[in-house]
Amino acid sequence: MFKIVSKKVLGPDIKLFDVEAPLIAKKIMPGQFIMLRIDSHGERIPLTMVDRDAAAGTVTIIFQEVGKTTRQLGTLGPGDAVADFIGPLGRYHPMGGEHKRVLGVGGGIGVAPLLPKTREFKANGNRVESIIGARSKDLLILEDEMRAASDELVVCTDDGSYGHKGFVSDILQARLDESTDYDFVLAIGPPIMMRVCRDLVKPYGVPVYVSLNTIMVDGTGMCGSCRVTVGDEVKFACVDGPEMRGEEIDFDEMMARQDRYLAEEKCALDRYLKEVG
Amino acid sequence: MAGTPEELRKAGVRQLEKTPMPEQDPQERVRNFREVPFGYTDEMAIAESWRCLECKDAPCITGCPVEIDIPAFIAAVKEGDFRSAVGVIKRTNSLPAVCGRVCPQEVQCEIVCLRGKKGEPVAIGRLERFVADWEAEHGDPELPKIAPPNGHKVAVIGCGPGGMTCAGDLAVMGYDVTVFEAFHASGGVLRYGIPEFRLPKAIVDRETHYLELLGVKFSYNMVIGKVWTLEEMRRDGFEAFYIGTGAGLPWFMKIEGEGLNGVYSANEFLTRANLMGAYDPEHNDTPIWVGKRTAVIGGGNVAMDSARTALRLGSEHVYIVYRRSRVEMPARDEEIHHAEQEGVEFLLLQNPLKIQDDGKGWVGGMECIRMELGEPDASGRRRPVPIEGSEFILDVDCVVVAIGNGPNPLLIEATPGLKVTKWSNIVTDEAGRTSIPGVFAGGDIVTGAATVIEAMGAGKIAARAMDAYVKGDKTWPDLEKKD
Repeated sequence: MFKIVSKKVLGPDIKLFDVEAPLIAKKIMPGQFIMLRIDSHGERIPLTMVDRDAAAGTVTIIFQEVGKTTRQLGTLGPGDAVADFIGPLGRYHPMGGEHKRVLGVGGGIGVAPLLPKTREFKANGNRVESIIGARSKDLLILEDEMRAASDELVVCTDDGSYGHKGFVSDILQARLDESTDYDFVLAIGPPIMMRVCRDLVKPYGVPVYVSLNTIMVDGTGMCGSCRVTVGDEVKFACVDGPEMRGEEIDFDEMMARQDRYLAEEKCALDRYLKEVG
Repeated sequence: MAGTPEELRKAGVRQLEKTPMPEQDPQERVRNFREVPFGYTDEMAIAESWRCLECKDAPCITGCPVEIDIPAFIAAVKEGDFRSAVGVIKRTNSLPAVCGRVCPQEVQCEIVCLRGKKGEPVAIGRLERFVADWEAEHGDPELPKIAPPNGHKVAVIGCGPGGMTCAGDLAVMGYDVTVFEAFHASGGVLRYGIPEFRLPKAIVDRETHYLELLGVKFSYNMVIGKVWTLEEMRRDGFEAFYIGTGAGLPWFMKIEGEGLNGVYSANEFLTRANLMGAYDPEHNDTPIWVGKRTAVIGGGNVAMDSARTALRLGSEHVYIVYRRSRVEMPARDEEIHHAEQEGVEFLLLQNPLKIQDDGKGWVGGMECIRMELGEPDASGRRRPVPIEGSEFILDVDCVVVAIGNGPNPLLIEATPGLKVTKWSNIVTDEAGRTSIPGVFAGGDIVTGAATVIEAMGAGKIAARAMDAYVKGDKTWPDLEKKD
């Protein structure tokens, strides 16, 4: 069992846990993920690492309550534990370096995995410009942390309730109109947002990276559930990613694949909500 | 079947065919996940055992990858001494309940059985299964003599049949053995791959418990290579390692449409259903979707398991699409037979060309071509050749790709100096020694996808070599030229 050491509520249905997992805490790097399973009846879900504390032996995760599993997870708190917590999984890509100029874009819950990447960029001597956004103010997370980790931060909301009004991609477009002198762009968020960002950046020839949160079962390369078509190759997000160059990813296919279990997931959620009242 | 011992003996000696094993009715069993065969009764086992001639040269022993003394265990069954029988088996095979169910006996011990020259061979597999189950039903298993702790710590990576065998043997020799497993449960392919109706998970639990009684420790949720490297483990005191991480990277056909919804690798399909319990949505959260009409591509045991699982999950038509003919099918006879009984339709000498989109991102059909057999290829099997102009559309909405698996890359990538073949299988000598001193490997990660019993045989050989290595025989092969 893996103990939940602390819990924070970051927004409506958005929660942060520090989970006790000393071996993983020593090893996990920005961009890598863990798989967790709440109990023996649970499903395994992937969550990208947000932070880690090797001394305390904890790994920080953030999740949004969407389906049955994340809702159930949200009911847990300090003193509770999850049955399984597996990692570090996925490849670690060191990116950038001294005097490089980097643009990070985070949408919604995607700001969570962007934070450790941003911190690492800064620590490695990159100049880091960040754009983060959410549907509305209450859904915006980690603003202070991102501000501290970035040389420059722009915040936006879809409804204009905070920061600039508009999508992160609108701000990205404005940036690129000003200058395309970036060494690379990293965009993390919902698939549609990543695709739009990729489409905006690609024509300028600036390398663009994304982090794929596709449906996984084992997370170790064994099942191929997470496969994506990249150019004329098939890649597994779990072992080849989750971070990948975005230029050639077939996002249409990837987004269609994300809907595979909508019906089953709805049934599971309805049943759960009925159970817990 | 009932009778006095003498009647059973007489019946058995004369009988040309195997004593049938009772099983669930096909119509009934396609609606549940319970085990198909019920197993022999005491009487059936004794009658069957009398069919064994106890040949002096015992070809069956050499046919067995772990060299079970088959005539000796069967002789004990004849006397009704089932406990001694299982004791004989366990001298060389720590997982008899598993092997009795999943070994391809028809190409191993049974193919060389003298009784098979006229009529059917002795049902060695069914007898093995019987005595193992008998033991489980009669209290705690008898443990072999375990050597006193020798103070040496060794690691087994991967809790499949090979790793479990290796761990069991080392524990008996007095080693402090820990098995590291990436999943949350033991068994490897026995749990995630082989369905409940063919190998009940209670049996895997039982075999795991037996290893615990031998003193083996299990460490789950440990992705070795990622969370802990071999080098770090060595610094922590592990003196030798056995890598049995298996063939766990599914192959796809590389044809158009494999990214569509409704296309699974057999690994995904079976892992969802078995390990994650998706066949029971009332109690388990992992979802699975199955179509009305399912095509399973491939002709091995995994294909049969997938097809039969699809039926049980409610698919109305299930096809096996295999590019060669029935004779070349690598699946066990019993699995093919069971699949046929249950209504799986076999489309032989047919090969998929393209999976069609229904316009909404889901499978809308599969274009196939008919094949004929040409000259033998490298595997010795006749090569299937497409018949021009024979393309047709198979009306399916779900496709399960069961054409095999490559080696899982995680540990290999994290272990510099570990020599692999161009197919990324680990290179070893015949004792399982890899290119790194103290590191041994065996099973599918070395040979490519093979059988449970072959992996067990490799685990056994490596256990002996590991023992010699730790005790001071540090000779190590030069694998430079081997590939």
